[in-house]
Formats: sequence, C-alpha cells, structure tokens
Amino acid sequence: MRLFLDFEKPIAELESRIEDLRRLDGNKTDNGLNISEEVSRLQKKADKLLKETYKKLSPWQKVQVARHPDRPHFEDIEKYLLEDFMPLAGDRGFAEDHAIVGGLAKFRGTSVMVISHEKGRETEERLKHNFGMARPEGYRKAQRLMDMADRFKLPVLSFVDTPGAYPGVGAEQRGQAEAIARSIEKCLSIKVPFISTIVGEGGSGGAIALAASNVVLMLEHSVYSVISPEGCASILWRSSDYAKQAAEALKMTSEDLLELKVIDEIITEPVGGAHRDKAKTLQDLGNVIEKSLKSLVNYDGQQLKSHRREKFLKMGRDFN
Amino acid sequence: MNWISNYVRPKIQALVQKSDVPENLWVPCGNCGKMVFHRDLERNAQVCPHCEHHMKLDVISRLESLFDDGKYKTINMPEVEADPLKFKDKKKYPERLKDARSKTKRDDVIVAGLGKIGGRKAVVAAFDFKFMGGSMGMAVGEAIVKAAETAVVQNAAFIVVPASGGARMQEGILSLMQMSRTTIGVDMVKEAGLPYIVILTDPTTGGVSASFAMLGDIQIAEPGSLVCFAGARVIEETIREKLPEGFQRAEYLLDHGMVDMVVHRKDIPSTIGKILDHLMN
Repeated sequence: MRLFLDFEKPIAELESRIEDLRRLDGNKTDNGLNISEEVSRLQKKADKLLKETYKKLSPWQKVQVARHPDRPHFEDIEKYLLEDFMPLAGDRGFAEDHAIVGGLAKFRGTSVMVISHEKGRETEERLKHNFGMARPEGYRKAQRLMDMADRFKLPVLSFVDTPGAYPGVGAEQRGQAEAIARSIEKCLSIKVPFISTIVGEGGSGGAIALAASNVVLMLEHSVYSVISPEGCASILWRSSDYAKQAAEALKMTSEDLLELKVIDEIITEPVGGAHRDKAKTLQDLGNVIEKSLKSLVNYDGQQLKSHRREKFLKMGRDFN
Repeated sequence: MNWISNYVRPKIQALVQKSDVPENLWVPCGNCGKMVFHRDLERNAQVCPHCEHHMKLDVISRLESLFDDGKYKTINMPEVEADPLKFKDKKKYPERLKDARSKTKRDDVIVAGLGKIGGRKAVVAAFDFKFMGGSMGMAVGEAIVKAAETAVVQNAAFIVVPASGGARMQEGILSLMQMSRTTIGVDMVKEAGLPYIVILTDPTTGGVSASFAMLGDIQIAEPGSLVCFAGARVIEETIREKLPEGFQRAEYLLDHGMVDMVVHRKDIPSTIGKILDHLMN
C-alpha cells in the first residue's frame, strides 16, 4: 500500500481507480469493456499528473516529501550503497543512541566510516530510534567514530535525516549543546575525506553536527534549515499555522541552498520522490559520492582539513 | 518611505531625545524586586546590591570591566551581505535590522576589542543582547572569525562573552552555517597555542551554545545565567516533561560538569588574569 501525501490526493484517486480496474480485469468478467485500454489511459493520466505535481513542488510540499514515512532511511542506504556494514555502538560514556547509527562498511570496494541518522519506520522502531532526534550520546558516538576514521585514514560518509537534536531534560543535563559543538569541531578537524548527504530533513544543529564536511550533497526534495518551518512560524508569526510561509521564507530547498552556495550538488530524485524508486535514487547518490571522493584523492590530510575550513569560511562572503 | 519619514522625522526625534538621562532613576531588581538607584547599579556592574542578582551588563561596560584600566582598542568588523534571503515574516528583515541599529547605535551584535587583562594581551568579543536578542547571523560569524584571527596575529588570548538567544532565523541556513564558521575561528586560536576562554552570561542558548560558546579551554559562567541548547518552553511543549529546580542555570551546569566555575561578575577580570598567568607563561 503506497502512502500518499495530502497534495497527492488527485494522483491517489487515479491510482486507486487503476487498481480497481486491474482487479476487475483479473476476474475476467469479459463484459465487452476493454479494461486494459482504460487502465493504460488512466495510468498515463496519473503519470502526467505526478510529473506535473512534482515539477513545481512548493517549499512546504517539499518539507512533506522530505518527511515522507517511506523516504530512504539508513536501512536503504545500507542495502543499496554499502557492503558488509558492521555497526559500532555506544559513546563509551553513557549510552547507545539509536537515533544515530554508525560503523564500518565497504562503499564500492573502499572501506569507509558511515555515520547516519535513522528515524525508524514502524511505531516501535521509531520509538527505538527516537524519530531520528539524537541525544548527546549520539553526537559523542559520532565523534568517536570520526576519531577512529581519522586514525585509520578511512573516508567518512554521513547521511543526515533528523528533525533536530532532542529537546529533553536528560539531553540538556548531559550537555546537548556541548555535544553538538564538539561534533562540529570534530567534523572540521579530521584529516580524511568527508562527504555528507542531506537525505531527508536537515534539522538545525542536529544536522550540521554531522555535516561540516568537504562535500555537502542533497537529495532533490530534501530540506535543510536552521529551524523547522513550524518552529520559525511560531516564533516570528506567533502561530505555527504560518509554517507554509516560513518554509518559503527560510529558503530551505536544495535549489535555494545550491544558489546560496551552502551545498555542492543536488541528486535528482525520480518523478514522485525518492521513495518511489529508492534503488535508482541511491545508485545515483552513490555515483555522486564516488565522484566526490575521487575529487579529493590528491589531497593529503592537512589539505583536506584546510579544504573544509576554506569552504565554510568562504560561505556568505562570495555572493553576487 | 519618503522625505518626511527619512529625513524630517529623525531630525525631530534627535531634537527631542534626551539621551543621557536614564528613563528610570530607580530600577527594580528582577530577582528580589527591591528598587535599586541607577548609580548604585552602575557602580556595582549591574549586580543587585541586595541579592547579588546579575542583571544584563551593556556590551561596552563589559569590555571596560574586563580590560586593565578599562582600556582597549576596538577591532573593526568586516561588512556582510545585509539580507541574503530577502527574508520577510510579519516585517521585512532589513526593517528589523534598521530598528535594532537605531536602538543600539551599533551595526550588529558583537563588539570586540584588543587590550590587556592582568597585563597579558587579550582579545575580547562580547555580545550585545539588545541587538535582536544577540542572535547569530553572518555578522556575528564574521566578527568571531575576525576577532579570533586578531588574537592569533597579536599572540593574544581570546575571550568571548556570549549573550544570545541563538541563531538569527532571518538569515536561515546561513545563520546555521555560522556554527561551523565560528568553530573554525576558535580552533585557529587553539591551534596557535593560545587560550580560549568563554564567559557564559544570561542567556546563552541554541546555536550559540551549541558551537563556539561551549568549546572554551575554560568555561566560566556568571551566577544565575541561563545556558542551554533547547529552551525550557520548547522542552515542556514537545516533551511534556517537568523541569527540575534551577534547570539550565549556571549553578546547575556546574553541578552537571558543563562549566569549570561560576564566578561573580566583579571577580571575573582577576580570575581571567590568573588563568592567563598560568596558560601564557
């Protein structure tokens, strides 16, 4: 059963009619109607509608696509991009945080360190992964893994998909701010190639904590922002009802961010969003990651670090 | 926008403004509620003489209070793109900026100076909370980087005094990017073998606390300051958890291992002097 977003309702209706007709056809009632012709006519119509809808998605619609429950998650990344993933657990201080998973893997033949948010899909899983909202332990585990990558000269691949860092009493007690700050500092200091990808939601400090990298990629319909549109609306408009306006004002889509030179490249998604063809989306992403790693192959450790610094220092200085 | 609102009105405002006389000669303490005479408050660096509550100290007084004999050289700040996102909520961002500038007579949040503390060279970058809640946009990022670079060039210690609600939403993703840019700034100081000290003041939250403000070699907090990542309201609303007594205040952070010390405002300069004496020998 495919999940449809609110703005996809007309497409959903068409597809359910197609579904019904197919079932009829399967029953072989043979009442003189050419069902398969009608199916292909409707299918064409649905495809066209989907294409048109996705060609002009508003920022707020993109937010919904980015949060789609079937969005590619780490389990898909593992399936389509990695071989022999070996998860590594714990921050060695307090806990294992399932909102950020990480470990060793092969990416197209090369050993890499992978660090990724995971939101979880079914209710139980989502609770386990805390909806992708990491606590300090998640960021401290990420630091530990980056250190290890640095020591063994493994490229780091990070995948970002989080509403933001977890706002809770325990998280604050154990130094959420410090954990994020230290994670950003670690991202910027390691002397290995570091590629990050915003896969779904790039939520604020919780996202940049894993994305201060040499190359920042974004899936076409993912979003990346300093605050959620709802949060921004409730502060600046004094009501979360203005989330749509906030989404527009914040310039959080991949096109906007490429224009602002905050990201390096956009990975085009299949018509209808990444969730309609995860294999294709992640293959394409893999190709860009491979290309990005190749572009850094002639840099030594110190140069990789300088490259990252210069990239971020330049941001905002080179408009027009 | 016309000739009257742009030219005539400011002139008239300037005529009727009585800038030197404080609005209230007596100020109520936010903590104990007692009235304090403004001159007593000034003499006491905005600390209530009755209950020691630390009120907000304006940024220039802050710099004067830290540097030996109150003397320092102001560091000029680079100009930044004013409104990269063409941001508009209920009000346009350039209008908000203009209001903040006319209110504070400052271009943006940070004022930085180079001088001496306890006889040793130091750069201090302090936040003006009155300027859009001390929010961090490109100007703050550039200011921290510039101040850090100055510290490196001058072989000086780097001291930051944040007072900020966090990122400046009106600059969107570019405000988020300042978390990494400021971190690069303080790391340059650290790599040069120079001390980086943070004096956390009320309030230090959000993207500011989750970047350079938590990365000091030594973390000092003023008594009672609110220091956190997510504010109490956000936590209560999203998580519906009951907040413990004194949650996210300086003393609570000390108990939880997040700062080295909580120091009374009047003792901060001498404390920094001692630290620099140890670290810059």
